[in-house]
Amino acid sequence: MNLADGVQIVSFGVLALMMLGAALGVVLLENIVYSAFLLGGVFISIAGLYILLNAGFVAAAQVLIYVGAVNVLILFGIMLVNKRQNFVPLRNAWVGKATTAVVCLGLFALLGAMVLSTPWAISAAPVAGDTSTVVIGLHFFSDFLLPFELASVLLLMALIGAIVLARREFLPDALEREQTQQPVLTLPERPRELASVAPGSPDRTLGTSPTKRNV
Amino acid sequence: MTLQYFLILAAALFCIGIYGLVTSRNAIRVLMSIELLLNAVNINLMAFSNYLDPSGIKGQVFTVFVITIAAAEAAVGLAIVLSIYRNRDTVDMEQFNLLKW
Repeated sequence: MNLADGVQIVSFGVLALMMLGAALGVVLLENIVYSAFLLGGVFISIAGLYILLNAGFVAAAQVLIYVGAVNVLILFGIMLVNKRQNFVPLRNAWVGKATTAVVCLGLFALLGAMVLSTPWAISAAPVAGDTSTVVIGLHFFSDFLLPFELASVLLLMALIGAIVLARREFLPDALEREQTQQPVLTLPERPRELASVAPGSPDRTLGTSPTKRNV
Repeated sequence: MTLQYFLILAAALFCIGIYGLVTSRNAIRVLMSIELLLNAVNINLMAFSNYLDPSGIKGQVFTVFVITIAAAEAAVGLAIVLSIYRNRDTVDMEQFNLLKW
């Protein structure tokens, strides 16, 4: 299943432009909610690039896990942490940003020169294509079995660790205080309620309130 | 459509991710920059898998592992950000000086 070359070039260009623009938006925009949604755009563009690279299974996994789980998780994190505050401006903040930009551009130039000067050993073997899911499954259960099992254990550890870290620790103390202070808080309130509900009959309120107070 | 296009694209995404990782002050934006870095590595692995090893696609297997670990990292990272936010009442990276001298 090879698309024609022109279609491949055009779709690669469109996906690359989408991906780089959305990634720059993630890094540079002020509003972090826009950044989170643009991060979803980056992930979807990368899934399209995977389809161009004859890997449909990993593209589906990318959409499911990154767009469906990680991006939604980040949006929930933003909602939980969203505090409208302006950060205190630092002195000479532009020096750090300029230095970082120069270092990143230099790193990009270095990586680009390395990529363009290395003689890659392009293989001419037949592409796995649609059978890639079967091949990945065979790898998982033969020569990558130990990392596969370790990944499942790591996911369990991350699940429990995230719950332990994000749990509110003062919850049991609050429950104990509520249970111990409940009779102290409610019983003095009852005579006032009865007096306010039935102000014309003081005998009944005086007669019932001591019994309720004992209960 | 050659290998070099994908590698240069991944290098550009990696550099954007490093810039965001160093310069952003919101802790959640730092987590998003880490996701960008991991995705750049994934693009590299997938390009190598398609052009250098197209029949026994080991790069795709590695990509699935990286996606798994990135999901775990996002969950734990957001939990850490939440607990820091409860303790310090801010998400500013410049005020997280608990481990500074």
